[in-house]
Amino acid sequence: MEIIKVLSAYALPVMFLLILSTGAYKGIRVYDVFVEGAKEGISTTVRIIPTLVGLMVAIGVFRASGALDLLVYAVKPAAYVLGIPPEALPLALLRPFSGSASLALVSDIIKVYGADSFIGRVVSTMMGSTETIFYTLAVYFGSVGIRNIRYTLAAALIADAVSVVASVWICTAVFGR
Amino acid sequence: MLNYIWMLMLAAGFLVAAMDGRLEEVTKAAVSSAGDAVELCIGLLGVMCLWTGLMGIAEKSGLVSNISKAAKPVLSFLFPSIPKNHPALGAVMMNMVANFLGLGNAATPLGLKAMGEMQKINPRKRVASDAMSMFLVLNTSAVQLIPATIIAVRSAAGSGNPTEIIGTIWVASLCAATAGIIAAKFFSLLVYKRGKHGNY
Repeated sequence: MEIIKVLSAYALPVMFLLILSTGAYKGIRVYDVFVEGAKEGISTTVRIIPTLVGLMVAIGVFRASGALDLLVYAVKPAAYVLGIPPEALPLALLRPFSGSASLALVSDIIKVYGADSFIGRVVSTMMGSTETIFYTLAVYFGSVGIRNIRYTLAAALIADAVSVVASVWICTAVFGR
Repeated sequence: MLNYIWMLMLAAGFLVAAMDGRLEEVTKAAVSSAGDAVELCIGLLGVMCLWTGLMGIAEKSGLVSNISKAAKPVLSFLFPSIPKNHPALGAVMMNMVANFLGLGNAATPLGLKAMGEMQKINPRKRVASDAMSMFLVLNTSAVQLIPATIIAVRSAAGSGNPTEIIGTIWVASLCAATAGIIAAKFFSLLVYKRGKHGNY
């Protein structure tokens, strides 16, 4: 499992070099294009502020009231069966419905438990390996007027469940519990 | 959907707090969370700009279309019902590569184009074809090369090694994508064998 750590360490620098060298090879003014693209990062990030304020307030209220503890307590048996830390299960339930709500929940969990804790690593991995299924299916099928989606949702949810269980497993294997 | 989840979380929160006599704490949490959200976004800004800037270069240099060409053979296995050289295949590929590179803004229009092209060769216009189902299952379990947002969140939270989860994310998404492909193929064969909908 040491290989996973090495891959993580090299992924970003290799991408940097690959992108920069392809850009230079094609004769692109890489710095100018970089600055232009970085502007897009500002607007994307600033645009999610209202969404995040709404969602993080809801999560903050939910946690401070003790309602989150009740939910975690309620899902504990299911989490135990699946081998998932109970603190991470609310994320698994929320993730298929909303990407920004999950992002708010992940940053809340990371703030409480720490980014480098086992739970912090598991929720990071879960967040990165799953997608907003319901939204994606609604937008894509809606765009071409499909009414009967047959087995698509079932297959997508199977993949989602696998990624949740796999996240816990791989984090245990690589980082230890 | 999110309307209900949001309302439920707030209502449940205030209700539990009222029963527990923790209303004051909860009010404080509501106010400080609003500030936290803005702080989080400011923390994200640096990494997000770095990444979108780099991706701007990748798009301009044609890296996206080059990877698309290289990955073509995989497609005929995943989408046997799309004829070779049909524009649907190209759009599907470009969308998958854009997702792989984390180019959210580019991925959606390409994905919608892919759906439109697949709809053209779909004999039953209101029923999802096997190709569409496979495409969306892959789309929702896609492997992301550099999960920039989560790296940004971890770095904003003061992680000692924000990128250490790249490898674990790859493994987890590969497992998910494999499970999704097997599930989609299995369901489509099952439906075909029963002869209910036909294999289109």
